[in-house]
Amino acid sequence: MIRKFILIIFILYSPINAFALIEVDITRGNLDPLPLAVSPLSIDELSKKNFNKILNKENIGSEISIIVENNLRTSGLFNPLDKDAFLQAPDIANLKPRFEDWNLIKAQALITGKVTYVNEKLRVEFRLWDVLAAKEMMALAFTTVPSNWRRVGHIISDKVYERLTGEKGYFDTRIIYVAEEGPKTQRIKKLAIMDQDGFNNKFLTLGNELVLTPRFNPTSQMVTYLSYFKNLPRVYLLDIETGTQEVVGDFPGMTFAPRFSPNGKKIIMSFAKDGKSDIYTMDLENRIVERITNHPSIDTSPSYSPDGKYICFNSDRSGYQQIYVMKSDGSEIKRISFGKGLYGTPVWSPRGDLIAFTKLHKGKFYIGVMRVDGSGERLLTENFYQEAPSWSPNGRVLIFYRETKTNVKGEGFSAKLWSIDLTGYNERLVDTPTDASDPSWSSLLSN
Amino acid sequence: MKISKILNNTLLVLVTCILMTACASKKVETTGAEMQGDVYMGTDSVEYLAEGVKDRVFFATNESILTTASRETLRAQAAWLRKNSNINVVLEGHADERGTREYNLALGERRANAAKDYLMTYGISSDRISVLSYGKERPVDSGSNPLSWSKNRRSVTVKAN
Repeated sequence: MIRKFILIIFILYSPINAFALIEVDITRGNLDPLPLAVSPLSIDELSKKNFNKILNKENIGSEISIIVENNLRTSGLFNPLDKDAFLQAPDIANLKPRFEDWNLIKAQALITGKVTYVNEKLRVEFRLWDVLAAKEMMALAFTTVPSNWRRVGHIISDKVYERLTGEKGYFDTRIIYVAEEGPKTQRIKKLAIMDQDGFNNKFLTLGNELVLTPRFNPTSQMVTYLSYFKNLPRVYLLDIETGTQEVVGDFPGMTFAPRFSPNGKKIIMSFAKDGKSDIYTMDLENRIVERITNHPSIDTSPSYSPDGKYICFNSDRSGYQQIYVMKSDGSEIKRISFGKGLYGTPVWSPRGDLIAFTKLHKGKFYIGVMRVDGSGERLLTENFYQEAPSWSPNGRVLIFYRETKTNVKGEGFSAKLWSIDLTGYNERLVDTPTDASDPSWSSLLSN
Repeated sequence: MKISKILNNTLLVLVTCILMTACASKKVETTGAEMQGDVYMGTDSVEYLAEGVKDRVFFATNESILTTASRETLRAQAAWLRKNSNINVVLEGHADERGTREYNLALGERRANAAKDYLMTYGISSDRISVLSYGKERPVDSGSNPLSWSKNRRSVTVKAN
């Protein structure tokens, strides 16, 4: 069905180009990534000099093309070819590619472009070409402040990904996570944020208090997280732009496991009291708190469906941790996980059709997905310890964290971020300057 | 349901005792000697609130049931708290690393509350006891093995003032 969808988009997109041959199927593991050439964006000498002065980058054109190359490569769907083999100069290729030359090096698609300095701004145009059909598939131009140059590379990547796969990209996004340092028994944890590709890493807290589980608001640059400020574990709200923070609600005890509703207007979380944890929401506009579950068990890790009508959550009301789904008012609670083992951290896919989870079975931890009725369970990766999947905004990739087993002396502990495609292929370490855990993927920044 | 769980647990402990006695002559140095079921019985990380008053109790995996040894420790704590009525305590609940972070926060809270409830039945006012869960964030033992995990599944009574 998705194949058909892709085809329809192709036809709608370029009616004159119905013979376009390139089509990347992202619904199965892609063992044969599409070879494509990312020609360095051409740049004139004066623009080069000006950008060098502002950004301290000798050739911003090739820097941007490297970002595009890296993004497309890490997606696992594309194989950017070695630039040394390119025969045509970037400026000429952008005007009119000699398709025989690109065909010769087996490129099926070609990306060209041009960067200019206009009124202290960065102007970028780029084109995507179908080499076999010898046609232009897409041409776009935009202007922005020079300091946005990395985002330009991500936006180009998203456009190319979308044009070739028929689905939105996920490159112009950020990851918020917990940066970890120090011995296992006395970890220092800070909130940190970075671009999806690991650049522009920035710490948001100083590490004076324990912080856990940051999550992005899907509609703004707000984050909700758990902080042990003054040794009182509470859910907080943080505005990344201004740095202002506030406690969410006035609960007489620990609040934790926060997430935003899909429209960003509510926070859903657990409140623990007298050995029971229940799920509550707080409306961020009128501050009204609502109790959603009421059961002597532990109810936690709530996550809304993208239409906001349902909530999946983790409960041990059956005796052990399992995944449940209910209506967003707390009615019609239904258990959906029935496989062997314990299930935790359910997270609803932004596409609505799947729930990602952590599973513990026979001493191993798995990241998996199941349909929202619990059928079709599929385990993507097995390890000594891993948990807390977070979806890319297009619902194609999961990021999670993994911890290592220590040796007999208790040494060798580390925590790292990893990503894996929904297909179970393309598992990758996401590099961070320190140890890292609890990742949360933002929505697309540009839309 | 709870009673059957307790019975189950007692039975498990009994069975383990019998097993351990049976093998005692052979297996003196194994970790089994420090654990009953998978509840830690040793004194490795234990500190003392006062002479003879241990500061912590240990739990089985995924459980918050107090064992016989735990209840004994808590009765000693209650007796000491009754004598020192000016002292308030924080019960810090912990989980091992083999669980998801959010569930473990809830589990730590549940364990600390199990200890709190027991102190209250021995006459300590709830005003004097606060509860704080650390989930799996503050292990005492950084090992990745059953003995280390058993030391980390704990509720620790800490003086608040």
